[in-house]
Amino acid sequence: MKGMTVIVKTVTRWVKVFIFLYGIYIIITGHLAPGGGFAGGVIIACSYILLMLAYGREFALKQLSSRAAHRLDSSAALLFLVVALLGLGYGGIFFGNFLQARYPGAAFKLLSSGTIPISNIAIGIKVAASLFLIFIILSVLRIVPGEDGTNKMVQDEEEE
Amino acid sequence: MGIEIYLLVLLIFIIVGALIAVEAKNLLSAVISLGAVGFGLSIAFLFLRAPDLAIVQIAVEVILLIFFIRATIGRDIIPAKGHIHWAGLVVVCLLMVAVFVFGFFAFRSLNEFGAPIIASVQDAPSNKYLKDGLKETGAANIVTAVLLDYRAYDTLGEATVLFAAIIGALAVLRGRAATEKTGSRRNVSRRTESRRAGSEGRKDK
Repeated sequence: MKGMTVIVKTVTRWVKVFIFLYGIYIIITGHLAPGGGFAGGVIIACSYILLMLAYGREFALKQLSSRAAHRLDSSAALLFLVVALLGLGYGGIFFGNFLQARYPGAAFKLLSSGTIPISNIAIGIKVAASLFLIFIILSVLRIVPGEDGTNKMVQDEEEE
Repeated sequence: MGIEIYLLVLLIFIIVGALIAVEAKNLLSAVISLGAVGFGLSIAFLFLRAPDLAIVQIAVEVILLIFFIRATIGRDIIPAKGHIHWAGLVVVCLLMVAVFVFGFFAFRSLNEFGAPIIASVQDAPSNKYLKDGLKETGAANIVTAVLLDYRAYDTLGEATVLFAAIIGALAVLRGRAATEKTGSRRNVSRRTESRRAGSEGRKDK
C-alpha cells in the first residue's frame, strides 16, 4: 500500500499549501510578531512530513530529495555564518547588525531591523531541512532484536 | 493569584501525564500521554505570556509525536526483563528526597513568583534590552532581537548542535548508501544479512 486512503490524500492536497505558507509567514514576520526561524522551520518540515505520511516515501522524496535537503541544510548554515562574518567585516563585531546601523528601517515594517530577517530565513531553511532529514532517517531504519539479546538497526522496506 | 491556580492545575495535569507515560504498558498510550504533557506545557507558556515559546513548543510537540509514532508504533516492543534491586531503589528514593529538599530551599531563596530579578536589580542587562532594544535593533519582537542580535552566539551554537546531530545520524546511514549504489538494495541487504548469519553460525560451531 502506497500512502494512505483517498480521503487523507485529498485533504492533504488542500492543506499542505496552507501549512507551508503559514511556516513562511512565521519565518518572515519573526522580527515583528511571535514566532521566528525555528518555529517556522518546524512548521515547514511538518508540511513535508504530512506529504510523506499521506503519499508514501517515494512521492515526498521526489518533491524534496534527501540530497537536496542536505544541500539546503548546509547552505543555510553557511548563510547564517556569512551574515555573522559580514557583521564582523562591516561593523567590526561578530554578528553585528551592520544593516541596521547603516540603513535603519522604520520600526514595525516588514523591511526593518537589518540582518535579523536574513538570519531568521537562514535558520528556518536549516531547521526545515534538518527535521525532514531526521524523519527520513527514522522512517528508513528499524530496530530488530538479534538472537544474542542485542538490538541491531536494519533498513525498513517500503510497504507495497 | 488567579493565574497561579490555573498554573497549578496545569502542572498537576503535566505530572500525571508524565507518570502515565512512564508506567503505561501500551506504547501508543505512552506516546499519547507524552503529547498531553507537551500541549499542557505550551498552554502553561501561554498563561505565562510567552507566545514565542508556546508556538515553538506546539510545533515541536506535533513533530515529535509524529516521529515517535512513526518510529515506535507497529515495531516490536522489547519488554524489560530483570529484577528490581532493592538497594538501588532505596538509593534512588533518597536522592529524590534530597533533590526535593534542596529544590525547596533553593526556590525559597529566589524572588517571589511574578517579581522578576530585573525589577529589583537596576543595571541588569535585561533592562537595557527592554529599553533600547527597539532603537538599537529595529525589531519589534524583543525576543527575536535578543535571539538574533544581542545573543546571536547562542543561536549559532544551537544551529551547530542541530547540524552535528544530522551529521551523526547520517553517518549511521552511510552503510546503506554504499550498498544502494551496487545494486537493488533489497537483494543486497538480504544477501549481507544471510552472509552475516551464516558466518555467525559457523563461528558457533
